[in-house]
Amino acid sequence: MTLAPPVKRQLWAILGFAVVVLAITASLRSDYFELVLTQVLLWAVLSLAWNILCGYSGYFSFGHAGFWGLGAYTVALGLVQLNLSPWITIPLSAIVGGLAGALIGFPTFRLRGHYFALAMLAYPLATLYVFQWLGYQEIPLPMKREAPALFMQFDNPRVYVVLALGLLVMSLLISLRVENSRFGMSLLAIKQNEPAAEAAGINTWRWKMLALMLSGALAAMAGGLYAVVLLVVTPEAVFGMLVSAQALILALFGGVGSLWGPVIGAAVLVPLAEGLNAELGSVLPGIQGVVYGIAIIAIILWAPEGVYWRVRDRFAKRRPQPAAAPMPMPVPLAPRPRQATAAAGRDLLVLRDVGIAFGGLRALDGVNLTVPEGGLYGIIGPNGAGKTTLFNVINGFLAPQHGTITFGGESILGLRPNQVCRRGVGRTFQVVRAFPRMTVLENVTVGAFIGAPDDETARRMALTALDRVGLSARANALAGGLTNRELRLMELARALAPQPRLMLLDETLAGLGHDDLDGILGAIRRVRDDGVTVLIIEHTMHAMVQLVDHFDVLDHGRLIASGAPDTVVRNPEVVEAYLGKKWAQQVTEAAK
Amino acid sequence: MPFSLVDFLQALAAGILVGSAYALMCIGLGIIFGAMRVINFAQGDFLMIGMYAAFYLATGAGLSAFFGPSVGPIVAAFLAGPIVFALGWLLHQFVVARVTGAGAAQIEGAGAYGQIITTLGISLILQNGGLIVFGSTPTGIRTPLSRQSWEIGEILLNKGRCVSFLVAVGLAIAVYLFLGHTRHGKGLRAAADNSQAALYMGIDVDKAHRIAWSLGVGITAVAGGLIAGSQSFQPYTGFDFVIVMYAGVVLGGLGSIMGAFWGGLLIGVVQQMSTLVLPYQLQNTAIFVVFLLIIFLRPQGMFGRLSERT
Repeated sequence: MTLAPPVKRQLWAILGFAVVVLAITASLRSDYFELVLTQVLLWAVLSLAWNILCGYSGYFSFGHAGFWGLGAYTVALGLVQLNLSPWITIPLSAIVGGLAGALIGFPTFRLRGHYFALAMLAYPLATLYVFQWLGYQEIPLPMKREAPALFMQFDNPRVYVVLALGLLVMSLLISLRVENSRFGMSLLAIKQNEPAAEAAGINTWRWKMLALMLSGALAAMAGGLYAVVLLVVTPEAVFGMLVSAQALILALFGGVGSLWGPVIGAAVLVPLAEGLNAELGSVLPGIQGVVYGIAIIAIILWAPEGVYWRVRDRFAKRRPQPAAAPMPMPVPLAPRPRQATAAAGRDLLVLRDVGIAFGGLRALDGVNLTVPEGGLYGIIGPNGAGKTTLFNVINGFLAPQHGTITFGGESILGLRPNQVCRRGVGRTFQVVRAFPRMTVLENVTVGAFIGAPDDETARRMALTALDRVGLSARANALAGGLTNRELRLMELARALAPQPRLMLLDETLAGLGHDDLDGILGAIRRVRDDGVTVLIIEHTMHAMVQLVDHFDVLDHGRLIASGAPDTVVRNPEVVEAYLGKKWAQQVTEAAK
Repeated sequence: MPFSLVDFLQALAAGILVGSAYALMCIGLGIIFGAMRVINFAQGDFLMIGMYAAFYLATGAGLSAFFGPSVGPIVAAFLAGPIVFALGWLLHQFVVARVTGAGAAQIEGAGAYGQIITTLGISLILQNGGLIVFGSTPTGIRTPLSRQSWEIGEILLNKGRCVSFLVAVGLAIAVYLFLGHTRHGKGLRAAADNSQAALYMGIDVDKAHRIAWSLGVGITAVAGGLIAGSQSFQPYTGFDFVIVMYAGVVLGGLGSIMGAFWGGLLIGVVQQMSTLVLPYQLQNTAIFVVFLLIIFLRPQGMFGRLSERT
């Protein structure tokens, strides 16, 4: 396997970091400092575990103490009640943590934002009281004098440093692997725009669950080793709010969503807190907490996104921008044998009597629509006619209350958006949903994952799609800095990348100037010429008349007309929907 | 049934009386969350400051001597409000405003990272500063009312809690009127509903935030002052109430201030009723279970609304 240069650089950095830690522990002359160093490493693991879920996917957890505590109790109770060695129970706690992640994630991922974060807060605190009630107030780990090494009990505290370092290096490697795979990229896409990720075919549910389970497993292992090091476990110490807070303070302080942020946070803050405790805690109890509080506030005001990003931005500014990496030429993929050519003219998408109401508002009212394969199909309608709702029903964001929807002869009713996308339905959004902190190429690559067996193929498919819409030159630009026209093209490429059979374009032409319009119209026609069926919705007539082969008109949730563009625009009902009754009468009279 | 009807009514009454103080502190948190969308981890510590402020006003400043041991602590609880309001105002001006509102709009996640660290930091400073200033010995405000009860049939109603119930409900109504009928209140609600639109309508959103923050911690402090008459406290007490407050606010619907009132009240009732069927240690677990149930069954809460566009 060949590694990308940044990955190679990170591997060297991890190796260097491990060597430095070993050198430090070799030079330390006191058991106390060894203990502090061990704690730095273990908290770094917890924070890194937190970062896998929260840093990449953006789902904040205020409750990682739950995993840490379960790990600690797995080890403590395993030793006390079953005489199991931590050598067995620490790996076992990874399974416990992973299962807990699955159990928690299953209901909790229905929530977003603050609700998710607050629900996570409740789990460890509820568990804390249950453990107290069960009578596990304080579990000391018994000494095993006959075979200490077998039970991970060592006189030399350096052994614990090495063990904790091993766990941290493993976590760093896992994070690195996540960061540079479709796993991490999917999580980043979820963080930046979850509906867009789902519509681009990413199984958001699956990746979120995997992230939480992985995160829980690592946090539980760190908690387990922590129990071995501290030799006593209490519910407050392992399930308490301070543990959850520590996990996120270290990561937020060091830099969220980066490999080294949590490590920086732990390396600075853990010794700081310990030092303050030792130096000031005995003089004036409480002063150490005040100083620590002031310190974290002061630093976060200086670096609101964390130390790592602040320092990196500083260096990036000083260093001249590296010349853009040479773009590999898009490799044209072997044209897929399309059913399209064989089946041109056959019905691709069929809606029968589809209806949905929001309260008293009938957004869609018995819609019958048949889109044949091949060609450019338009749906127009005034604002509020139900156009976007129609797309949301087709691609699975909304479930219709009645009616059937078939695609390529199979029902797609009740499928999640990513499953609909996998069947070959791509879509764009009325308000462009980009992943602003990713490059154009990365944005499109995310869309290509479903059509690609491996990440490299996905990249090539993305390049091909960018080439088709004429955006290859901007492949390395950040999506956040694109013009409206480029954003529309990028979204088009993202939907095109997995080579769908049907594209749903939601007001792609809205808000574009005359010159921009021509570029987009050209790109849409090229998509059609590639054999992709295009269904486009608009509320402006004139651009559509030039573009599409066939029109349907939607008004107040009903289809009121259908046919070739020039006949539809003369339909009095259509004119009435657009211009009101008075105009409709004039048109009718003029026609006489 | 493992309990009698009298037990049931007794627990219900106790729940409503305790819940009224919870309801008041939830309103405080609800105002802050509603207006600023900031998760304030320090809210419990402002509650604790309110307890100590009421304690020193009642004893040190002689309010109990002046108004008598029954009325004095109530007046002290009221006065704790403005004191913590002022503290909140300063903290917002110099710290919180740097990571919220317009100042944070350009930062990734609208400054959420900085907000979490900042409120956690404030929490640490208040707790440990409290430890330095007030000491770690648990203390309480002695009032004769907390040892007397009214009897309705077989049900005992603690006089101290009844008075605090009336005060809490009265203050909640006052807040409701303030938000609905004054210029500042309306601006605050507008900023809560859509801060961008409020900004365009000429509302000074940062100022509305400052009022919301200070008012929120002030009201919670009054609730703390009321509770201080019936239970002992120390500098770390605030944390016990953080969960109560968040559960209440989520229950009512994040962003709905009157929802926060009913949510807090319900939490009090759940907490007291759970003692009928659960061991005492699991009282708080019952709160979490209700909290999680509400989040799953009706994430928008009792009075909240969900709005999301695709």
